[in-house]
Amino acid sequence: MLRIEGLTAEVDGKEILKGIDLEVPTGEVHAIMGPNGSGKSTLSYVLAGRDGYEVTGGTATFDGVDLLGKAPEERAALGVFLAFQYPVELPGVGNANFLRTALNAVRRGRGESELDAMQFLKVARARMKELSMPEDMLKRGVNVGFSGGEKKRNEVLQMALLAPKLAILDETDSGLDIDALKIASDGVNALRGPDFSALVITHYQRLLTYIVPDRVHVLMAGRIVRSGGKELALELEASGYGAPQAA
Amino acid sequence: MSQVVHTGAEGFLHRYEGLKDRLPGARLPWLAALRAKAAESFRAQGFPTRRVEAWHYTDLRQVTQASFDEALTLVQDDIVLPKAHTANRVVFVDGRLRSDLSSWPTMATVASQIGRIEGRVMLPEEPMAALNTMLFEDGMLLNIPAGTDAGVLEILSIASASARPTAFHLRHIVRLHEGAKLTVLEVNQGPAATRYLHNPVWQVEVGEGASFTHARLQQEGALAFQLGSIYATVAAGGTYDNFTLNAGGRLVRNEIHATLTGTGATCHMNGAQLLSDGQHADTTTFLDHAAPGCASRQTYKTVLTGKSRGVFQGKILVRQAAQQTDGYQMNQALLLSPDAEMDSKPQLEIYADDVKCSHGATVGELDADQLFYLRARGIDEATARSMLVRAFLQEAVEGIADETLRDALESAVEGWWEHQGDRHS
Repeated sequence: MLRIEGLTAEVDGKEILKGIDLEVPTGEVHAIMGPNGSGKSTLSYVLAGRDGYEVTGGTATFDGVDLLGKAPEERAALGVFLAFQYPVELPGVGNANFLRTALNAVRRGRGESELDAMQFLKVARARMKELSMPEDMLKRGVNVGFSGGEKKRNEVLQMALLAPKLAILDETDSGLDIDALKIASDGVNALRGPDFSALVITHYQRLLTYIVPDRVHVLMAGRIVRSGGKELALELEASGYGAPQAA
Repeated sequence: MSQVVHTGAEGFLHRYEGLKDRLPGARLPWLAALRAKAAESFRAQGFPTRRVEAWHYTDLRQVTQASFDEALTLVQDDIVLPKAHTANRVVFVDGRLRSDLSSWPTMATVASQIGRIEGRVMLPEEPMAALNTMLFEDGMLLNIPAGTDAGVLEILSIASASARPTAFHLRHIVRLHEGAKLTVLEVNQGPAATRYLHNPVWQVEVGEGASFTHARLQQEGALAFQLGSIYATVAAGGTYDNFTLNAGGRLVRNEIHATLTGTGATCHMNGAQLLSDGQHADTTTFLDHAAPGCASRQTYKTVLTGKSRGVFQGKILVRQAAQQTDGYQMNQALLLSPDAEMDSKPQLEIYADDVKCSHGATVGELDADQLFYLRARGIDEATARSMLVRAFLQEAVEGIADETLRDALESAVEGWWEHQGDRHS
């Protein structure tokens, strides 16, 4: 279970998160919706441990373990995965080498044996087929020359391979056409189960018709101002974020 | 009797005066005359100072304040050679050929060159080349007949351990006749605790349609100075491919002059400089497009740690006759320490009107977004940094088609990086 209490954080001295309280019980998928600038991406970066996002108060624990004091790679080893809104290009780093290094790092963290090149290729090819990704994407530099949709699919591929316990999807829907959106959503839904939780950050309701959340939270100006069931997403779509705040 | 210690140019001129009757080929009038002319040139110029434009970023005072003995010409039996990369390897110890440790390629004419090089030794105007001409004792003569593929040859220069600083000046002369092919892996090494000066000069003549691939692994000892120069000409349809890895030495200069003299000649100059605390490495290239329709590509990458300093100076000259020139030059540096410094000076001088010429330079640190991306996937920081440094170097290495060369370079990069890990942990 992800538990966030009174979390405040600033970027460049400017307070962005102003006291977040949120619980995502194990096995549930929660959506965070909100307008631009409300702090959605900041929340995802703070949870993943990016430099420059300074936590000024509050706590965030995953299965009882404090996340905020840990290095990004330690959080990944605990099973936390951030699907980036803007996946980073790594010219000169082959996608296959990257994926295998990451997978083996996480496997070591879980006390599992490492995969050799052949074993890895077998696993990777199977997952890529499920995501309708051409195999030559393994040979290319990480995200280099990938279209927006290919980059997002590469994120979902990484998630499928690393099999996290908690996935944070930061606007995974942005830049995706409807087919790509469906494929990416299927990738996420395939991981759903009693041991998998996800925090789906999105600006639009569209994604949530494919990844149906258990709960929806509205983030505005650095605070969760409203929470509800999946129908809340539809309501927001109809009335916008200007809807009256719940008491 | 007190002994006067001679340093700098005076020291080398003094050595020349003392040695000139004993230098190899001293009885050959043409060579004695050439050496005298070189001495005159070196006496007039001395070691370059930073006031000389071409040496503005590289200060030779460490070299000029030391005094050097001639390298021992006695056979050193305790020399430990690194593993050979190729079946054929020619070994020079302290600048002298060791035929007992070498094996000759069958298809090339290889000789310790004195006596066979009449008419072939050039005297470039640069002072380091003049110094070399004045004092060189040995070197390779590679004369590849027309249409012959001479395969891969390793040339190893190794310095032996010595209490006194020594200096040696190898002169290699390579000539590929029409359609000939040759690959050379040049390895330069020396002991960590010995100060020495290695001042090699390569004369390279690539004939029509011939192809010379020249990879250099500069892994001199930690206290060594290497000031190397290459003078290459490439005839019509010929190719000169140079890759230099600058990883060793305390103060190093890799100076390459290449002139494309015939239509459709090609020159690739790529390289990587891997610098640790206290090192200074300078790559200076001069690419002379003297004929139409030639192409040149340069990609240099420098990685700097600790208090190290890197220099790249690259000039492309496109002469009026050199229409349809395709020239490209890129140099990039990665600073891994706040104390490291990189100076880069690209220059284009174009007199033809129908040319495609571009250059670029970047200096930066490891990208924080890339680092975070890798770490967010569970990859620890040291591994992530190592992946990004290798990725940075990739572009300079990927043009090397020959597997032997590629393996040798990649393991040298690997070794350097692991050594950095030792230092930081």
